[in-house]
Parts: sequence; structure tokens; C-alpha cells
Amino acid sequence: MPDYGWPKAEDRTLIGKRITRVDAPLKVSGQAKYTYDTHRPGMLYGKIVRSPYPKSKIVSIDTSAAEKMPGVKAVHIIQKVGSTIHWAGDEVVAVAAVDERVAEDAARAVVIKYQQLPFFVSDAEPPAGAAETPGPLSYDDLADMADNQLPDPQIVSQVQQYGITFKPDADSAKSMKDDGFSESVIKAVAGATVHPGADSKPKSNFQKAAAQTIGDPDKTFSEAEVVSEGLYGIAAITHCCLESHGSISEWPEADKLFVHMSTQNVSGIAGQMAEPLKMPAANIRVHQDHIGGGFGSKFGPDRWGIATAEISKKAGGKPVRIMLERDSELEVAGMRPSAFARVKLAARKDGTLTGWQSQSWGTGGPGGGGMPPIPYVLAIPNQRKEHTAIRTNQGPARAWRAPSHPQAAALTMCAFEDMAAKLNMDPVEFFLKNIELAKPRQGIYSEELGIAADLMGWKQKWQPRGKNRSGNVARGLGLSMHTWGGRGHNSDCDLTIHPDGSVEIKMGSQDLGTGTRTCILIVAADSLGIPMDQIKLLIGDSSYPVSGGSGGSTTIGGVSSSTRRAAVDARDALFAKVAPALSVQPDQLESVGGTVRVKGDSSHTLSWKEACSKIGAMPITARGKNPDRAKPPDLTNSGVGGVQMAEVQVDTDTGIVEVKKMVAVQDCGLVIDLKTAESQVYGALIMGVSYALFEEKIMDPVTGRMLNPNMEFYRLAGLNDIPELVVHMMTGKGYDERGVIGLGEPPVVSPGAAISNAVANALGVRVPFIPLTPDRVLEALNNQDTKKAGA
Amino acid sequence: MRPFEYVSPETSKQAVSLLGAAWGPTEILAGGTDLLALMKEDVIAPKRLVNIKSVKDLGGVTSTAQGLRIGALTTLGQLADDSNVKKSYPALAEALIEAASPQIRNMATIGGNLCQRPRCWYFRGGMGLLPKDEAGKDVINIGDNRYHAILGNKGPAKFVSPSTIAPVLIAYNAQVRIEGPKGKRELPLEKFFITPKTASEREHDLRPNEIVTEIGLPSAAGWRVAHYEIRQKAAFDWPLAVAAVALKGTTASVDSARIVLGYVAPVPWMSPEAERALAGKSVSDETAKVASEAALAAATPLSHNAYKVQLARVALQRAILKAAGGAA
Repeated sequence: MPDYGWPKAEDRTLIGKRITRVDAPLKVSGQAKYTYDTHRPGMLYGKIVRSPYPKSKIVSIDTSAAEKMPGVKAVHIIQKVGSTIHWAGDEVVAVAAVDERVAEDAARAVVIKYQQLPFFVSDAEPPAGAAETPGPLSYDDLADMADNQLPDPQIVSQVQQYGITFKPDADSAKSMKDDGFSESVIKAVAGATVHPGADSKPKSNFQKAAAQTIGDPDKTFSEAEVVSEGLYGIAAITHCCLESHGSISEWPEADKLFVHMSTQNVSGIAGQMAEPLKMPAANIRVHQDHIGGGFGSKFGPDRWGIATAEISKKAGGKPVRIMLERDSELEVAGMRPSAFARVKLAARKDGTLTGWQSQSWGTGGPGGGGMPPIPYVLAIPNQRKEHTAIRTNQGPARAWRAPSHPQAAALTMCAFEDMAAKLNMDPVEFFLKNIELAKPRQGIYSEELGIAADLMGWKQKWQPRGKNRSGNVARGLGLSMHTWGGRGHNSDCDLTIHPDGSVEIKMGSQDLGTGTRTCILIVAADSLGIPMDQIKLLIGDSSYPVSGGSGGSTTIGGVSSSTRRAAVDARDALFAKVAPALSVQPDQLESVGGTVRVKGDSSHTLSWKEACSKIGAMPITARGKNPDRAKPPDLTNSGVGGVQMAEVQVDTDTGIVEVKKMVAVQDCGLVIDLKTAESQVYGALIMGVSYALFEEKIMDPVTGRMLNPNMEFYRLAGLNDIPELVVHMMTGKGYDERGVIGLGEPPVVSPGAAISNAVANALGVRVPFIPLTPDRVLEALNNQDTKKAGA
Repeated sequence: MRPFEYVSPETSKQAVSLLGAAWGPTEILAGGTDLLALMKEDVIAPKRLVNIKSVKDLGGVTSTAQGLRIGALTTLGQLADDSNVKKSYPALAEALIEAASPQIRNMATIGGNLCQRPRCWYFRGGMGLLPKDEAGKDVINIGDNRYHAILGNKGPAKFVSPSTIAPVLIAYNAQVRIEGPKGKRELPLEKFFITPKTASEREHDLRPNEIVTEIGLPSAAGWRVAHYEIRQKAAFDWPLAVAAVALKGTTASVDSARIVLGYVAPVPWMSPEAERALAGKSVSDETAKVASEAALAAATPLSHNAYKVQLARVALQRAILKAAGGAA
């Protein structure tokens, strides 16, 4: 059995080194082609007619005027008359025309009548006792869930928990299939408890989504030496991908579809398009070279992606392009759910945490959403938790980089910091005191806390709350911890060694800008002992071997493992061909520095090219897989810990927060490329500063529409808002041998909590909600003054 | 795209003759940084664009014995780089740099900056400048007004005047020169801005068939002037409050002051109360505080923007101290 394991530290030539991403020249010179840059011959431009109302029923659709306009090639109804609209900006009709201007005119010429329905867009604290236990689900409820793009596991769990109001039979199964429900949902419905006649029950906007008790919270709080209470929260934000969502579809043959799509999921799109288009997935090819941001919002083809294929078919197969406008991108293409909580903590005087109580709420759009994993990182022994999901017409939620974790960190780490302040404890000491609750990663966190504190100069700089103030300038430090899984996804990799020495890799993966291309090449080149630029890498096409979607920090573990196994097998196949020429057994060979040679005998050396000439006429292709139990060891792993610290300066007269420095200490097992790993963390910190200070999906109470669907009032951090960033990756003994673990999500979890904690430390008062905008900061300061005056 | 007519006159007389009698059907195109966005977002749909970029004599910065003459087509970038502006009107140079990103500064004109439409999100969302809901209620009152006016907001107009440069120009006592079918006229810049009472009015005194041709700045000798913005982001962000202050006399004894607030009212907001509070006083933390409190005493915040009262007060206080600390 070949040794598929990662090379030992002393044998690694590229793995773990600091290597510049291979596509950097293409990107900085503007030659990298994104889907947005792609223009196909004879391409038509699609535009979407969107509902202006947050909740309504479609009464009528008249497309006749649009169809008659010169230059209009096809009109396609996305949501039929009678459909219910659940958010403003939802897609109703798509048109395609010879250019963008005609398409816009045609979209404007479509006449749609709506019956407006009462809407709800507020995620303010639900009135006491307002939350209802959801009743059994009608077919319409299920259809709404599907419309709202609720993930299948959530639909299944609701069906299992609450039952259904209709009797499932062959007819309902067929109509569910036609309506695009997945097999797992259809199966859950078939096995659900039926509550006939429970249909007409009015549905509250406030739904009891979770209630959980662990240990004995009542006793814990009644006996607690110290209790700390607080209100915390983090607003709904958008993904705001700089390359908006979109695709170009064309039919090169009557039954073959070719799609360019901005996607995190090259291998997974065809399967999702096949059902609505009623065609075999095998006849759909999906391609993407570069993507300008996804952050969890680009896993599906989306209604507008399906629409490009439908319209293209109507237009005789010509390519049809729909890329979202900026406003739609912010309104409909992704939202991170909000989360708020009233939290009560119990502790002993020495800082040991004993109890957690929380009443939390938040909205993930029409589906309501679930409770973030609170308390986060530290498993407090006694807990009582209740969560109310608010069903709103804010737009559909989508996974946002580390789904639910930034919310959990904000609700938990801020409550911890408040408790530490109440105990007059340095937060670092407080976390160390409770570090056993972070099992099994208590050792990692302890080590990281020490390193982060050194890099921040915590000991020198930290002062108790509100003590570091000079005039109107308040300074403060804060910290947060986070975790994530990050096990590698399923991935297939084909690696071919040609008789001329050239090497080619094919994989249906994608590079989100994280350095995936670079990392695949590093693993292959290190394993084969040849330079990276000698390997041709083909990714971004569904015709290549299937590799998972890039989400949940699963890509690096998946692609590096499949590449490693393919490279080892191909190399060993090459050794088998070369061995006779060097008169040794294949297992006596090694490939190092562009040569194939006999181990420990430099006189028996062939150049890589000479060695490959022994292959014969047919190239060697090896398929590497992840996971692959037949080819141990497991090369990837799960579970990381990270610590972040923030230093802020707050202008107490204006409430303006300036982040001065961020320190991130992160573990992710064996690092493939130190440079791109650090870049991931830098990017996460920048994204974190942005959502900590600026980002918020602001909904209008009057119209129910988003008020800031633009980049003027949906603020993103600019260059001048980025502080000094210090990144430290945990590597070496104790980390490397764990295998490769993903890094995309974890470093973006903590910035909100760390910055909020630093602001609380600076001001001496908690600003409850993130983003920490001047109005919120001033309100917290004014409340503090009022309290003082009253005391 | 909605079709429109595009005309490119070469003289201001021609330009004026191509403009219409009402707002809406005809719009003036200069830098286009605001107009094109409004058209793309379908907030406005003019039938005719009068491109004035090729009109002669509307550009350039000239130093005269009386002060500075700034052609309306001068870009923000050209103006910020002008040596006379940097030397004699440094607070204006600062406001210009802070007004926009380099790309926008290279396109946007000073005339256009003064005539740009408000950034009110209801207006930009296509609901009009004085939006009402279906029941006739004032949308700004019942909606999200966190960025709206805290002064001069008793009428239907509750947006804030969008130019971040107008306050400091007014502090410098700028005059605006206008050409129309009846010839030329000139008025102090503070009189150029008006608070519309009906939807058919605009935010300035320009008639639909007039164009801004020139900004005149008197000599700033003897004045100490400062500009101060409070923004969420460090750069290129619409501010939450702006203050511009011009002080004559010495810091030990202010003879007179010109005090203008921005982003607080539908017009750049002059504060005679603050000017009176400073006149005859020496500038100190205390007098700056008293003056800024006087400026905001009449503030009438809406449901979600009381915080702006404090921001405007702080901006003004800091602008006064900054003006006193620096030369004109």
C-alpha cells in the first residue's frame, strides 16, 4: 500500500510554505474572466420584472406589449397568476432582447396587477407571549417553504415535528415532485403525522423555534454568587457580492444546455437545473473560471438561472444572460439572519461560569429561521434557552460565511465580556478560568489566547472598563473565540502524466478567490517533485470529475486530499514504468526536484522528462478521491479553534468607532499555503470590521422594501477603515498532524463580538446591537449618563 | 432605455434656449455623476438632455482683484488642485477632497455639485422628494428617517441638502451667477437653496430654463475658515453632519462669523444664532459650545434622528475651534 499520508515536515518542498497565488497576475491585470465578463456570440440580454410589494398575490400578468416590441426575443413567466409573493423584488417575469436597453423597455412594458397583502418586516423584540407553537403544515405552507428557499433539512424537521394537514398519497407525491420538492421532503411528508382539518389556523409571525433546558438552571441561578444580564444582537446583513449573481444559458443542441454561472458549486448545479427543466443532468454543462464573491449565497442556479435556460430555449437556443443589478443583489440574493437575545449568566465569584439563560429571537425572512448555537464555544453546564423565529418579508435568508456562528459569537462572547467586567476580571483571565468548558479544544484556545495577547500587547494596554479615556477619546480592547468544522468535502481528481512529461489535473471544483487553484498545484507538485508551473490545472467545469461545492470551509480538505491520492497513485504508476530502466524495484524510487531517482543513490537519476518517456504511448491517469477509506490515512479533519482581539478608539462625542488593530490567531490543521491561508484571515477580518461597524439590511416600515439596496447606504469598509491586521497561523507539532482543515469560515466569526467587546471596554457601557453605528453608540452613552444621574 | 433627445450647445445662450419652462422634461448634463444614476434608476426620465460640457467660458478658475471666479464646469478635482484655492481657500480645498472619490472628483463639476439631487432614500427609491403614502401620510414621518433633517423640517420637505461643499462656499460668502432667457443674475449662494413646498419645486432657486455659470468667491483675507464633517466611514461617505465656519477678527475677539451647517436641513443651514453667540467673544471651548448649542436650540428631530442633533452640535463646535486654530 502506497503511503498517501502528508509528507513529513522535512520532506515538504511546497506544502506549508508561503506561495503567491498562481492566478494573481491574471487578476491584477484584469485578464481573469468572470461570468460577468463573459459575452457569448449572439447573446441576448435578460431582465427581470420584480414585485414592488413585499407581500402580495399576483392577480394578472399581461406580457403582450413586451412581446410585440422590436428586438424582444422571448418572454417567460417565472411566477404564475395566483402565486404569493413573499418579499419585495421577487421575480415574476423575465424578458430577453437583443440588448440591455430593449430588455429594460420590455420589462417596463409588462403589466402585472397585484393584490397587496399585509406585510411584516420588523425584527424588533416580539411582545411577551406572542410566540406560537407552529401547527400542522398545509400543502401551501410547504410550497411557501420551497418558495422561500428554506433548506431541505429544515423543511423535513418541521414536517416531522408538526405533522401535516393533508393525506399524502400518490397524487400529492407527484405534485410535490412537479413543484420541485426534493426526495427527502417527499419522503418526510409520506411518513408524517396527519392532522386533517387543521388548515385554517392563522399563522403568527412569531414562532417558537427552540426551547431547551440542560442541567438545573433554576437551582443554578437561585444559588449563583454573581448574575450578569444583558441585551445583545446583530442585524440582518446581505452578502453584497461584488460580482452579482447571474448566468448565461444557451442550447448548443436541442437537448443540450451550456451554462456559464457565477457559482460556488460548479459540479452541483446541473443536478439542480435538471428537475425544473425536466431534462437529464448529464445533458447540462456548467462552466466558470473566476467568481467575484459568493460567501454562501451562490450554491443554487436560482430562479433567475433557471429562467435564463427557459428563455434561451424559447429564443431558439441563443445565449441569454441575466446578471443581477446591484439593488436586486442586495434585496433578493442573500441575507444573513438577524439574532438578538436577552442573556442572563450565572458565575461563581472566582469567575467560573455555572449557568446560562437566554430568550433569543431573530429573522431569516419568511421561513423564520433557527436559534444560533448558543452559548457558543463554552459548554456551560446549566442552561435554559428559548428562541422565537420571526417570519418576515425581508427576503430569503442564505448561508452567510459561517452560518449562525457570527450571531452566536455576538450573543455569547458579549455576554461573557459583560460578566468578566462585573467580576472585575481581565477577560483573558476569565476565558482561561473557564477554558475547560471549551473541550476538546481547551489546549488550542489556551495557547492561542497567550499568543494573541502577546501580539496585541494586551497586558500593557488592557484597562478595566471605561478607564482608558482622555477627553472624548475612549480606547478599549476586546476578544472573542470561535470554532468551526471544516472537514474536506467529497472530491474526485484526475491526474494525468503524459509521456512527454507534462502533467494535467482535472477537477470539477472552483476557486472562490481563496487560492484553491494554488493549493491543488502545491499538493500535486510537492507530491510529484516537480515545479508547479509544469502542471496544467483544469477546474471550473462540470465535465471534469465531480468535486463538492465550496461552502462550510470544506474545499481545501477535499481538493487537497483527492489531489494527494491521485498524485501518489500516478507517481507510483510512473515508478513502475521507470524502475526497470534503473534496475530497481519501484518502491526504491523517489521523485524529487524534477528528477526520478533511486533513493539514496544520486548516480541513478533520470530527469522527469526522461522518466516519463518510459511510460509508453498511453498517458497515466489516476483518479484520487476524498474520502477514500481504501487509501488511508484520512488526510482531512474537522474542528478548529480561533481567538481574535480588537483594539478600538471611540469618539464619545460623535459615537464614531475606529478599529485600530485586529489580531487573529487561527488553527486549521496542516496549512497547504501559508500565504493564501493568511490572506483568507485578512479578508475575514476586513469583512468582520465591515459588519461590525457598517452593514445592515435596513427595511422600510412603510413600503416593506429595503431602503439601502446600493453601496452608498449599504456601507462596506473602505481602505481607510481597515486597521492594522495581525494574523498568526498555528502550525507545526500538534497542528500539522491533524490533517488539512478548512479556513474560510472561522476567522469571520469573531470580529463582531471582539469589536463590540472592545467598544464596551472603551466606553464602560455595552452598545447592545451590531453594527455599532453612531446612533447606537450615543444612545448607549446617553443611557449610561441617565443611569448615573439617577443613581 | 427611455428615449431622449441629446443636444450639445456651444454657448450658454443656446443652452438656455434649449431648456424648457418646467422641471422634468429637460435636464442639464454636466459631469453626469448624479444625473446618469438618477436616469438609470428610473427616478427621472427626461425627454431632453442639454449637455453643457461644450459650452465655452463655463470652465476655469480665475483669480481677480475681488477674489476668485470659478466656472461652473470646473471639476471638483481641478478646483481642489488649483493653487489659488489651496493657498487662499484651504477649507474649500479640504471639503472638495472629502466630497468624493478621485474618479468622481475628476468628472463631477462644481455647478453640478450644487445642483445635485438629495440622497434621501425615499426619493432615490422613486417615491418623490416629498413622499406621501397611499393614505396621504408623510412617509418620512412614519418611515425610517435616521438620515433626515433635524432643522427646517416642519414643511413637507425633510430631506437634507446633499452638497457637502455648499456650506463652506457659503461660509466664504460665495455668490452664484446664473444665466437665463432674460440675461444674467447673481445671488448669494445661501439664497440659491430653497426648501420646496410642492412637488413641482426644486431644491434651489434656479428656474427650469436657467443654468449656473459661475461661482464667485470674495477675498478671504482676514477670515479664518474651517470645514468639518462627521462620517461613519473614514472616507467617501455621505456625512451625518457638516459644519463650516468663517471667523473675522482675532480669536481673542471675533468681529463677525458666518456659520453654516450641512446635512441637517433641506438647505445649507445658516445659523444667525450661533453667529450672534460668537460675535464679540473670544473663541474657547466654552464659547464654541455655547454657539453650537445656540445653533441647534431650535432643532426638531424626527422619530429616528435625535442623535443627529448632537452630531451637528459637535461638528459645529469642532469647526469653530478648528477655524480659530488655523489661518484662513
